[in-house]
Amino acid sequence: MHPAKSVIFFTTASGAGYGLLFLLLAGTMLNILALAFWPLFIGFGIAFLLITAGLLSSTLHLGHPERAWRAISQWRSSWLSREGVMALFTFAPTGLYALHRLFFSDLYGGLMLLIGVLGLVSIAVTVYCTAMIYASLRPIHAWFNRYVPAGYLLLSLTTGVILLNGLLALFGYAISSVVWLAIILLVIAALWKRAYWRFLDSTKSISTPESATGLGEFGTVNLLESPHSEANYLMKEMGFRIARKHSAKLRRIVIGAGFLLPAVLMVLMFSFAGPAAAAISVVAVISAGIGVVVERWLFFAEARHAVGLYYGASRA
Amino acid sequence: MRNGNATRDDRVDTAPLVSDEVKFTTCYMCACRCGIKVHLKDNQVRYIEGNPDHPVNRGVLCAKGSAGIMQQNSPAKLQKPLLRTGERGAGTFKEIEWDEALALASEWLSDVRADDPSKLAFFTGRDQSQSFTGWWAKQFGTRNFAAHGGFCSVNMAAAGLYSIGGSFWEFGEPDWDRTKYFMMFGVAEDHDSNPIKMGLGKLKTREDAKFVSINPIRTGYSSIADEWIGIRPGTDGLFVMAIIQELLKADKIDWNYLIRYTNAPWLVIQAPGEAEDGLFARGEDGKTLIATPDGTIVSAEATDVDPVLVGDYTLPSGQKAVPAFQLMAERYLSEDYAIETVAAQTGIDGGTIRRIAAELAEAAFDEEIVLDIPWTDWAGRRQEKMIGRPVSMHAMRGISAHSNGFHSCRAIHLLQMLLGTVDVPGGFRHKPPFPKPCPPGPAPAGKTTAANTPLDGMPLGFPKGPEDLLVDAAGNPLRIDKAYSWEFPLAAHGLMHTVIRNAWAGEPAEIDVLFMYMANMGWNSSMNVPDTVRYLTDKKPDGSYKIPKIIYSDAYHSETVAYADLVLPDTTYLERWDCISLLDRPISSAHAAADSIRQPVVALDRDVRPFQDVLLDLGARLQLPGFVDEAGAAQYPGGYSDYMVNHERAPGLGPLGGWRGKDKSGEGRGPVNPDQLQDYIDNGCFWTKHFTEEQSYYKFANKSYLDEATYMGWIAAPERIVMEIYSETLQKFRQAANGFGDIQPPEHLRGRVARFFDPLPMWYAPFVEEAVERADFPLHAVTQRPMHMYHSWGGQNAWLRQITDQNPLFMHVELAKKHNIAEGDWVWIKSSYGRVKAKAKLMTGVNKQTVWTWNAIGKRKGAWGLKETAPEAEKGFLLNQIIPELLPPRDDGYRYSNSDPVTGQAAWYDLRVNIEKCAPADCGETLPMMAAQGSLPGAVPPVDILRYGAALKGTPSGREQTAHREWIGNRDEIADHVQTIKPGYGNKIKGLAAEETEE
Amino acid sequence: MTSLPVNPPKKKLGLVIDLDICVGCHACAVNCKEWNSGGHSAPMTDTDPYGSDPTGVWFNRIHSFEVENDAGDGRTVNFPKSCLHCDDAPCVTVCPTGASYKREEDGIVLVNADMCIGCKLCSWACPYGAREYDEDEGVMKKCTLCVDKIYNPNLPPESRVPACVSTCPVGARSFGDLGDPDSEVSQLVAARGGYDLMPEQECKPTNKYLPPRPKKLGTARTDVQALTPVTDGSAGVIARWVDKFLSA
Ligand SMILES: Nc1nc2c(c(=O)[nH]1)N[C@H]1C(S)=C(S)[C@@H](COP(=O)(O)OP(=O)(O)OC[C@H]3O[C@@H](n4cnc5c(=O)[nH]c(N)nc54)[C@H](O)[C@@H]3O)O[C@H]1N2
Ligand SMILES: Nc1nc2c(c(=O)[nH]1)N[C@H]1C(S)=C(S)[C@@H](COP(=O)(O)OP(=O)(O)OC[C@H]3O[C@@H](n4cnc5c(=O)[nH]c(N)nc54)[C@H](O)[C@@H]3O)O[C@H]1N2
Ligand code: SF4
Ligand code: SF4
Ligand code: SF4
Ligand code: SF4
Ligand code: SF4
Ligand SMILES: [Mo]
Repeated sequence: MHPAKSVIFFTTASGAGYGLLFLLLAGTMLNILALAFWPLFIGFGIAFLLITAGLLSSTLHLGHPERAWRAISQWRSSWLSREGVMALFTFAPTGLYALHRLFFSDLYGGLMLLIGVLGLVSIAVTVYCTAMIYASLRPIHAWFNRYVPAGYLLLSLTTGVILLNGLLALFGYAISSVVWLAIILLVIAALWKRAYWRFLDSTKSISTPESATGLGEFGTVNLLESPHSEANYLMKEMGFRIARKHSAKLRRIVIGAGFLLPAVLMVLMFSFAGPAAAAISVVAVISAGIGVVVERWLFFAEARHAVGLYYGASRA
Repeated sequence: MRNGNATRDDRVDTAPLVSDEVKFTTCYMCACRCGIKVHLKDNQVRYIEGNPDHPVNRGVLCAKGSAGIMQQNSPAKLQKPLLRTGERGAGTFKEIEWDEALALASEWLSDVRADDPSKLAFFTGRDQSQSFTGWWAKQFGTRNFAAHGGFCSVNMAAAGLYSIGGSFWEFGEPDWDRTKYFMMFGVAEDHDSNPIKMGLGKLKTREDAKFVSINPIRTGYSSIADEWIGIRPGTDGLFVMAIIQELLKADKIDWNYLIRYTNAPWLVIQAPGEAEDGLFARGEDGKTLIATPDGTIVSAEATDVDPVLVGDYTLPSGQKAVPAFQLMAERYLSEDYAIETVAAQTGIDGGTIRRIAAELAEAAFDEEIVLDIPWTDWAGRRQEKMIGRPVSMHAMRGISAHSNGFHSCRAIHLLQMLLGTVDVPGGFRHKPPFPKPCPPGPAPAGKTTAANTPLDGMPLGFPKGPEDLLVDAAGNPLRIDKAYSWEFPLAAHGLMHTVIRNAWAGEPAEIDVLFMYMANMGWNSSMNVPDTVRYLTDKKPDGSYKIPKIIYSDAYHSETVAYADLVLPDTTYLERWDCISLLDRPISSAHAAADSIRQPVVALDRDVRPFQDVLLDLGARLQLPGFVDEAGAAQYPGGYSDYMVNHERAPGLGPLGGWRGKDKSGEGRGPVNPDQLQDYIDNGCFWTKHFTEEQSYYKFANKSYLDEATYMGWIAAPERIVMEIYSETLQKFRQAANGFGDIQPPEHLRGRVARFFDPLPMWYAPFVEEAVERADFPLHAVTQRPMHMYHSWGGQNAWLRQITDQNPLFMHVELAKKHNIAEGDWVWIKSSYGRVKAKAKLMTGVNKQTVWTWNAIGKRKGAWGLKETAPEAEKGFLLNQIIPELLPPRDDGYRYSNSDPVTGQAAWYDLRVNIEKCAPADCGETLPMMAAQGSLPGAVPPVDILRYGAALKGTPSGREQTAHREWIGNRDEIADHVQTIKPGYGNKIKGLAAEETEE
Repeated sequence: MTSLPVNPPKKKLGLVIDLDICVGCHACAVNCKEWNSGGHSAPMTDTDPYGSDPTGVWFNRIHSFEVENDAGDGRTVNFPKSCLHCDDAPCVTVCPTGASYKREEDGIVLVNADMCIGCKLCSWACPYGAREYDEDEGVMKKCTLCVDKIYNPNLPPESRVPACVSTCPVGARSFGDLGDPDSEVSQLVAARGGYDLMPEQECKPTNKYLPPRPKKLGTARTDVQALTPVTDGSAGVIARWVDKFLSA
């Protein structure tokens, strides 16, 4: 699949934003994060900023952004529509909760806890919906599997926690549980990604040139002539191919920059403090950022669409 | 997910108004001439569909025809007459007014005519009005006229007309409804574009028929063949002769048919070293002779005897003679044509050839068709039944485009005759005006020409012997293309592919004006582009061009436009009157005579004129007889439509056969009808005259048909047409070469004529194959027509070029492996002439010694209204870059054109090549690459985004939608094996006819 | 509605394509483009039509494949493909706006361009590559099954079929109601073993493909391998004939 910048940015940014927001909510509710006003304010700010920027950028690749509002109408059948609905809805509980935390934290504690929980749930559901947009597409073997939703949730939380860690470090907090959480998540995420790739490399699409043409009974099917000399929309959008060695390199970058380095840096966090820790955490943020963007790019680039079978691909 | 509650769809208008007006006319996106219905909205073409009532296409429309809209909107359309300003080839012009253009043209032409009319070479390419342009040439007085046939497929035309009185091409067709065994030799598309597709669809759908395709490449038609035979190019003759041997050995021949309808029984004089050797024995009355079982020798026209086909006889003259059949049999029973001998050559294993022969015999004789149609033969003998042999054949350029094509094609016709399958039920059928006598005649005119004097006949014809050649006393050619000379005696269509070279070389004589129409001679129809370009631009020491003046009429900005001094822009096919005439290449089918017209359906939006109008205008300016009246005023002031209605070749015989006479009752004959064109328009722009059942088969010997044909003026007299397994005409030329008669070839050509004028079909290796080292050039290189492109003119089409805008070199995967070439690699294709670069494409359905590509995709930069970055120019290529147009020199240095020695047919497919992977540095672009040709003044710049139709969207009609109807492809045939499907033709379901046509 | 009709359409209009006789001529593809250029989804925008990368909107495309088996018996199959108007059309259910829908009255799948936001998701969801994005207009387009032609009283009856169907020169395309087992197209499909493309994608396509027939070696009736030369005592073929004719 063609890796469209807007979509890559959207999914990674909003993913991280939701992750951060989720942790801020959960952390404050569980009083693990007892933060002063500004760190908390900035935390929520970054989270909402990432989410909103992501959502906006996702409309950029639309042919008719001005009609984007229509996209919330088909929640009954369309995961894209559900995501839209959920994304908008999520602002309510999470926003309320954030405002409450920042400004009126002494009022209606119980009710706010409820709203907070609602916020947590809707964040999870939103990210899940985003994942399901891809995971529901049967023609794309790389997406139509259980690894995808798991991965979206996982990476959202992981990038979130790395951000949170950065934020805390910058404000001089040292909360080891956050660091531990980051380490654990990074390890799980890395393992998950390895598992996903093993799945990709070891399994084939349910469709083949033979099933695509129905000519299997006569032998193996090879394309002789494509309908057009030049690539058409389908090939440009869905015929994207990436060389094996190229993707292998990128996979190493994902593991290294996305998980390994950040994990190491997290461990280092224990033995440093103050500006040093802050610096380390910022490097971790940057490194993980690069990692997930590459991860998301590969998520598209490595995905082969069944339609390729009609245009000379031997597998999908 | 089913939780919606969909309601009736009100989002789409199912009954929009499609167009303001629908006009009928005839397509000309190719030469097939299908009938079309053009839907017009705001004077723009909204939709073109096939005319369901039209005899040629019955409502279907091919890819080209369906893209007519984009031809009409091509940015390459010429806008105004052009006068060359820069050097030839640069393509720089200034626009001039028509008056100036026509004044200049008539000045050039009248000078020529006053001096020596033959200094005008008038060649008209893809001309559908040859009876008109030929007549113009005749009245002008030049013998140097021809259309595209010479480089196209004259081998098929000549071999057919000198053998069975008709030919393949589009002049005959298989009996699609009855044939059970169809053999197709070397056809990718052909002129009968839609009819062949329709026929194959029917035939394949019928369970009881088999379709065999003999073709080195397995695409298109061959891809749906029941059996594909990947023959090695140039060897079909051998394949067919081996089959003939099998049939002879097993007595699987139609004796009766041979005896009655061919010259098989005619006695051939056996007198080696004498003038009459190999000629037919004749009685005092000049009639040929046959022998009877008791040995008596009688006239071949005797009807009450049954002639024998073998035996040695002594003529009253004392000379020995044998029936032609015996000579034929002896020839093909020889070891040279034994399966064992030919298998290796053809690349077809013996078992297959053997089986095919057996299948043919089975289909022809075990599945004989007997129709209860009584008929009377030429001699007045009533026949109770019509016997049919359901074996049919079709062949085209795979056979004709070789230097042995004439004889290979004759071999196929011989096979048809042996099986008794010509114009019989289930066989190959002639389309009127064919069959004609073999050879048809008249002879070509132009032995002599004189200043300001018309020719004594039409420039193209059919020599019956050396006396009909156009040669001077020394036996040298008279025509600029050397047609009808000892080099190419039976060049019935001329040799357009030699004109530019000969004009440059001044062989046989210099010309002054080269006048071309509708042929991209500067590019894809020249055998060799680099040489042709040199000839067109070469100058004499005095700085003037070797070819002094070039006038060209095109409708679009083709490569050839760039080489013209004066360009006369034509209209598109949707903007003019045209006539597809029975005097020319009509649209007849085997069971009906037919002709048709084109009418302007789109108003002209630029300063261009129909070429036929321009010719009439020039004719009048030149005061050519027939083009002006006594007073010297234009005879057809109304232009071509005026001519179509009012011109008469012979009393009552005009360009159009329909609705003749004031009362419109004349069919084929009759006085002029001033409203004739309206009558055509009212009938969908075509006219048909159906034959009776009795007239539909055995036309060559069918009294009722022969009378009809005579009345229609297709043949001179209602006499039987005898098919020729043995061609005395050819033998006459051979005897001249052997030193007999007063017209003999010059010494240097005796051997050639003696060798190739064999009265029986022969086989020899194509010349180029003989000439080059097989080791150096081990591969054959051929082209195929893409079904969706018409030569060079399809490439300007915004829709069609999206399908193919570049052409790779296709080759077998194993061949590629040998040269370690991978898909997409750039390769050099090298011939004895030069090399050209292309991208490789691998496949398995191709003869392993053959590489091929799509024809005429490559374009010159700057041509055809395309941007200079067009893939056609950068990645597309022409094999014509490397086809040798001349054969290697003889010992004395003389060089023949690379053409068939009998007919002069261009031998495109004799090309031998080798391939080599390009060095990485060489990849990316094709070579040779010419500099871009200049863009034209007033040219419309090509758009970047095409939104055609946005403004033509249908508006609501407010009418209720009708019920949907079903459509079953090949309904009739399918109904035979799917009981519940109702039969019906063209989906007009039988019984429902009334309801169908309601409206 | 983006969701599929609650009660699946009884009438399922669709195409039946005969791969045994398709010669790959592209007539159906071009005539389709021509009709639809002024049709429901007009225009069929083309970009760079005269330049280096000409592409455009096509509702029907012709592929050709080579099929080889170990027996070395290969064949070339021409393969036209347009929207298959699936029963379980994922292109419809994924659409977030309701622009993509399946008609209850005849099962035709259409796009309502006025509602389309051009998110392209439907083209990702269609396994067959039957969705056509118009970059210029920013909306998705697709085969309409000539919905503005097949019911159109402003056209003569023989024109009231999909453009690609009536134009096919070999008659490889049939059209009708595949929801009705007694309809002629259904009968044809049954008789010729018509099949679905990629059934594993679970779209339940309406269009059916008729498989190529087995190659015929030998004539339709028998499988003769060779002719048996007529041999008698005589010195050779000609001599034999001499006896045959002259001893008459
Ligand atoms: N769409 C379309 N239709 C056209 C034209 C066009 O340009 N486009 N051109 C028109 C014109 S001018 C003509 S002359 C006709 C020509 O119609 P065709 O005769 O169909 O012309 P080609 O495409 O040259 O096809 C030649 C076929 O012969 C095969 N072949 C080559 N050498 C041999 C051989 O030695 N033996 C055998 N058995 N086969 C061989 C090639 O593989 C190819 O399939 O088509 C006419 N119709
Ligand atoms: N390598 C290779 N070369 C071949 C062949 C091959 O098979 N292989 N085939 C050969 C054969 S059989 C043929 S017939 C030739 C065909 O080759 P050409 O005879 O050159 O045919 P086209 O390329 O169609 O060019 C016809 C010209 O007529 C112009 N034209 C189109 N419509 C009109 C009109 O309405 N009026 C006027 N005045 N002009 C018009 C076009 O713009 C074009 O310039 O090619 C030959 N060349
Ligand atoms: S075959 Fe096609 S291009 Fe040729 S005349 Fe018929 S419709 Fe037109
Ligand atoms: S028009 Fe008919 S034969 Fe031609 S490609 Fe389409 S389906 Fe095949
Ligand atoms: S073929 Fe594709 S576009 Fe057509 S209905 Fe099925 S899924 Fe939708
Ligand atoms: S592109 Fe249009 S039709 Fe397709 S899913 Fe998006 S909104 Fe629906
Ligand atoms: S049904 Fe109509 S829209 Fe669909 S492919 Fe055929 S012609 Fe095109
Ligand atoms: Mo031709």
